[in-house]
Amino acid sequence: MKKLFYSKKIAPYVFICPFVITVLLFWLVPICNGVLLSFQDVLKEQWVGFDNYSRLLTDAIFLKALWNSFKYMAGTLLLLIPFPMLFASLLNSKLMRKADFFKSIYFIPALTSVVVAGTIFRLMYGEASTSLFNQILGLFGMSPIKWLKGAGTSFFALLLLACWRWTGVNILYFLAGLQSIPTELYEAASIDGASKWQQFVKISMPLVKPTTVYVLTISIYAGLSMFLESNMLFKGNNSPNNIGLTIVGYLYRQGVEKRALGYACAVGFILLIVVMAVNIIQLKITGTFKEERE
Amino acid sequence: MKKRGLAALLCAVLATSMIAGCSSSATEGKGGSSAGKKAMEVGGDNVTTINVWTFIELHQDFYVSMAEKWNEAHPDKKVKLVLSNMPYDDMHNKLSLALESGEGAPDVVDIELGKFPAFMVGKIGLMELNDVIAPYKDNIVKSRLDIYSKDGKEYGLPTHVGTTVAFYNEKLLNDAGINYKDIKTWDQFKEAGVKYHDATGKYFSCVETSAQWMVNLMLAQKGGDYIDKDGKLNLTSKEMEEVLTYIKGMQETGAFATVPGGQPDNEEAYPSYNSGDYAVQIMPFWQTSRFVNYMTDIKKQVAIAPVPVWSETDGEIATIGGGGTGTAIIKSGKNAQLAAEVMAFIKLSEESNKEVWNVLGFDPVNTAVWNDTSLTQNPDNKFIQYFTNYPFDTLLKTKDSIGILQAYTDEKYPSINNEFCNVTLNSIFEDGMDVKEALLQSQQTLSNEFKEK
Repeated sequence: MKKLFYSKKIAPYVFICPFVITVLLFWLVPICNGVLLSFQDVLKEQWVGFDNYSRLLTDAIFLKALWNSFKYMAGTLLLLIPFPMLFASLLNSKLMRKADFFKSIYFIPALTSVVVAGTIFRLMYGEASTSLFNQILGLFGMSPIKWLKGAGTSFFALLLLACWRWTGVNILYFLAGLQSIPTELYEAASIDGASKWQQFVKISMPLVKPTTVYVLTISIYAGLSMFLESNMLFKGNNSPNNIGLTIVGYLYRQGVEKRALGYACAVGFILLIVVMAVNIIQLKITGTFKEERE
Repeated sequence: MKKRGLAALLCAVLATSMIAGCSSSATEGKGGSSAGKKAMEVGGDNVTTINVWTFIELHQDFYVSMAEKWNEAHPDKKVKLVLSNMPYDDMHNKLSLALESGEGAPDVVDIELGKFPAFMVGKIGLMELNDVIAPYKDNIVKSRLDIYSKDGKEYGLPTHVGTTVAFYNEKLLNDAGINYKDIKTWDQFKEAGVKYHDATGKYFSCVETSAQWMVNLMLAQKGGDYIDKDGKLNLTSKEMEEVLTYIKGMQETGAFATVPGGQPDNEEAYPSYNSGDYAVQIMPFWQTSRFVNYMTDIKKQVAIAPVPVWSETDGEIATIGGGGTGTAIIKSGKNAQLAAEVMAFIKLSEESNKEVWNVLGFDPVNTAVWNDTSLTQNPDNKFIQYFTNYPFDTLLKTKDSIGILQAYTDEKYPSINNEFCNVTLNSIFEDGMDVKEALLQSQQTLSNEFKEK
């Protein structure tokens, strides 16, 4: 008994077991249950086969939500990977003064609640000519815009909210990656006459790749599963012409607002498949699987 | 050895703290929702506690003051109301989850008209109220009971009639040389709008994009509906197309425009009316409370009049009830029967209906109250003080012609409502889409949802 308790072989499993149990209990069981529910009409307690899924294919609103989520994900990837990487390099460089101050400044938005921020952003994007963004437009002599009623302008609003909030967090990730690069490499490069830009492209970028892949993976998931930002910006899950509707928003609308839990589970399952597919492709392309094997 | 023991101990601490973490956050969650909680203080023994959920805070005070009267009259059946107020969407979503899971539902809940049919699907978790309504039934506007009924069984106690009326800013109109009393038909309404816009450069009335007060009214006056006689979706009907085309024609004159927030009952819209940017509202009667609370600068300027009609000679219905809150009793509740009796008293008795007007400014469902001039012309009443004419004079004119749309009681209505307020009306009045095309598109979206061909 004592042997068993102090066994070095068993110890690691004991240590990871709280996590494994949590995953099994709070992840795997709900997922399986969700898949089963997706083949039912929960309210009428009937099995309906693939009905929910075939309805999804012809559901224009679901396709719109899917498209919105993809658009948002693509937008956040384009803005929230290159720029934070660049900013992190700047903060990491010796030329930068008061780097710590800027680090904290960038990070502060991540500490604010989305609920508060979203509400304030909504008011800033108000329709009246007295709202902040319309006042700014007014300074340039432009007439007020109905920000949250147009597809383009509300997409801009969502992206701005995302950038405001997540830039600092991503900078921290990249900064951690950059700081693990030995300074000798840069010294050697500068002796060989490489410019700062060349150093960034040839040394920093390849060496922070693991960080980039990590940020990419979580950003894809975060982008596709975005809900709260849109929910706060539009003061609820409903937006004109569904311009702010995301996959999770649609799941919520069907499952909770319309009590169609089976259908909502089908939506959730599709989201799971989409996120997995996108990420596996991405990890294949970036060669992460290969590295693991080596 | 010691170290290992310590490690094991730490491990155990970690594991328990994790579990403890879960449970403590769960209770916090419950505590968090009690933000708008309020409990009555009732003395004596034998008091039954009744949990009530509302989504409008004003209702809480009203329920409490009426419950106190109930306790006075029924010392043997005293109740203590514990009220929780939650935001509109949250409350309905929470209720639907509670009914779904069979746990955590209150005894009494306020359900909004637009959401009510969603709770009439499948196994109904609400209690049938015919017995407790019966004593009051004669004086209650029937159409308001019907909207919360299914197959002859009544499930909701109405709060008000919500008679749709016209709120004219008399002062602004007079300044522009318009007498609101001359406006009887929609054509005259439109004409007056153009005249007003020419004179002032401001908007006469709004075109709704996030509500259907005016759309539903015009539709009902034409005898149209969202569904046909067999209960099938019928958004592309001739009447619907006529109504929306007519409103679009109004918008094209330039005198009518969309308003911030998309409808008059919205925090972004109140300032537009308060400042005189828009002069007229076609709204259910309960908008009185919004005027008194949020549009204080135009006190003593607004008159309440009957809504315009299509043609004065036809026998079309004059107006409809708009919006509404049905108070329902949860069937599985331990004190369901007592809760039902108390709430019927609170919502339907003559005594309570006087308070509905005095406190809330709504048009009471018990029409016996409407003729009581000591009430309806009481000079101390803040609603009477606000408007330029007696509100009930207008109500009495339409009393016998308050219609409804059949769709209100249909389980499809929440989705129809959602589609119209988000997509259809926005497409037409914001994006300039063709009326027919927009209706066809929405019909397709909803047909897909309800698997109808």
